[in-house]
Amino acid sequence: MTNDIVIDVRDYNLYYGDFHALLDVNLSIKKKSVTAIIGPSGCGKSTLLRGLNRMNDLIDQVRVTGEIFIEGKPIYAEKRDLVELRKKVGMVFQRPNPFPLSVYENVAFGLRLHSHLSKEEVAQKVEESLKAVALWKELKDKLKAPALRLSGEQQQRLCIARLAAMSADIFLMDEPCSALDPVATQHIEELIRVLKEDYTIVIVTHNMAQAARVSDETAYFYLGKLIEMGPTDQIFTRPARKETEDYITGRFG
Amino acid sequence: MIRISAKWTERIAFFFLLVSTLIIIIPVILITVMIIQKGLPAMNLEFLTESPRLGMRAGGIFPAILGTVYLVLGTMVFALPIGILAAIYLSEYARDNWLTRAIDLAIVNLAGVPSVVYGLFGLGLFVIFLNFGTSILAGSLTLAIMSLPVIITASREALGTVPQSFREVSLALGATRWQTIRRVVLPNALPGIMTGTVLALSRAAGETAPILFTVAAFYLPKLPQSVFDQCMALPYHLYVIATQVPKIKPHVQYGTALVLIVMVLVMNLSAILIRAHFRKKKHW
Repeated sequence: MTNDIVIDVRDYNLYYGDFHALLDVNLSIKKKSVTAIIGPSGCGKSTLLRGLNRMNDLIDQVRVTGEIFIEGKPIYAEKRDLVELRKKVGMVFQRPNPFPLSVYENVAFGLRLHSHLSKEEVAQKVEESLKAVALWKELKDKLKAPALRLSGEQQQRLCIARLAAMSADIFLMDEPCSALDPVATQHIEELIRVLKEDYTIVIVTHNMAQAARVSDETAYFYLGKLIEMGPTDQIFTRPARKETEDYITGRFG
Repeated sequence: MIRISAKWTERIAFFFLLVSTLIIIIPVILITVMIIQKGLPAMNLEFLTESPRLGMRAGGIFPAILGTVYLVLGTMVFALPIGILAAIYLSEYARDNWLTRAIDLAIVNLAGVPSVVYGLFGLGLFVIFLNFGTSILAGSLTLAIMSLPVIITASREALGTVPQSFREVSLALGATRWQTIRRVVLPNALPGIMTGTVLALSRAAGETAPILFTVAAFYLPKLPQSVFDQCMALPYHLYVIATQVPKIKPHVQYGTALVLIVMVLVMNLSAILIRAHFRKKKHW
C-alpha cells in the first residue's frame, strides 16, 4: 500500500438485517483527490459512504464484514475510537443541517467538543474555517446571526466549515447539492475543487454531470456491487463495462 | 323515511358541536366568577400573611400558602431530575425490547392510579416503613411519584420533537451520545420539558388526597422548621374549613379557594409564557 492511499476498503459487506446491501466491495481512494460514487437509487452508494465514518452503526441490525482502512488503520477494529474516527472523517449531508445556533457557534461546535482552546484560539479557527469555505467576507459581520437564517448554499458551506474547524481531513459528501439551486450547486462545486488542495473528498451524487465536473475518480455501483472504478474521464468516455456505459449514457437509472 | 336535506344536517351538526363547546366553557366561567365574587372580600394583607385565629374563623391562611409552596418545591426537587433523566434514557438510549415496553406500560399505569391510592402508598412507604413520619419530606415524595408519569411523558414528547438530523450531525462531528444530548438535544427540548413539568407541578399543588395521610396538618400553631415537620396546605385547609369548622364565614372558604386557584393559574400561565417565548426563538 502506497502512502497515497488514504481510504482502503477491503472485502466489505454490509447487511441490513437479511438484506445484503453491499457485496464484497474493494476500492482505494487517493489522498487529496475527489472521488465520486454514482449509481441508481438503492445501489448502496450512500451506505458505503456512511460506512466510512461508521454512521451506519446508528441503525439497528446492521452487520458488517471485511474492513476499511483509513490512513492504514482498520476502522472496524474492536477498540477503534469512533470519536477520533469521526473527527478525522467528517460528513456533509444532503440537506444543509446547521444547528439552531449562531454562525459562530456552529463552526465552533466541533472545536468545543474536542479541544480546550482559549477564546482567541477558537475565534482564530472559526475565521480560518470560514475563509476556507469562502464565507468569511460575507459573514464576518454576521457571526452572531442565527445560522438557519442563511441561504441554503451558505448553510451548506457552513456545514463544511464546521468540519474544517475540527481539522477533519476527509470529507464525505452525501449529495451535498441536491437541496440547492443550480447557481448554488455551481458554487459548491467550485468550492470542492478548491478544497481538494487540502482535503480528500468522497462525494455521492445522482447528478452525473456533477460527477464528471468535480471528480478525479469515479466509482459506479449497481445493486450493492462496485461495477467499475477508474479515472473520471475514462469512466465517462471509455468505460470498461457495458453496465457502466448503459448507466452513464442514460439508458437506465 | 324522512329525508333531511344536507343543509339541515349541516345546521344540526353545527348546533350540537357549538352547544357542546359552550358547555365546556360554562363551568369554567361559573367557577371563576363565583370564587372571585365570594372570595375577593376576604383578600387583604392579613389574610395572606397571618396565621388563622379563632378556630380558623379569622386571621389568615399564610401557613397553608407556605406549606403548598414547600410541597411544590419538594415535589420539584424529587420529580424533576428523576423524571427528566428517565425520559432521556427512554427516548435516547433505550432500545426497543421487552424491558422498555414494560417500563412504558408501568408509566401509563402509574398515570392511571387514583390519587388517594398514592396517598395510602405514601403513608405505607414513606411515613411508616421509611419512618419519615407525617412530614413535608413524605408528602413531597408522594406528590413526586404521582407527578413522575406526567413529567416523563411530557419530556419524552419534547425530546421527540428534536429533529433526528440534529443528533446525526452531532454524532457525525465526533460527539459522544451524552455530548449530543447535553449540547444539542436538551437545549432544543428544554422549553417543552419545562412546560410539561410546570403543568405537572401545578396539578400537584392542588392535590388533596396524596397529602392527606402523608403531610397535611389540620392546624399548626407554628410554621414548619424542617422537612421532617408537618405543614398545612391549601387544598387540605380548604377541605377542613369547608367541612370541619362550623359557623365560618363563606368568604374565608372562597378566599382560600381563590388563592389556590390563582397559584395554580400563575403556574400554568408561566408554562404558557415559557412555551411562547421559546417558540419565537425556534427557527426550524
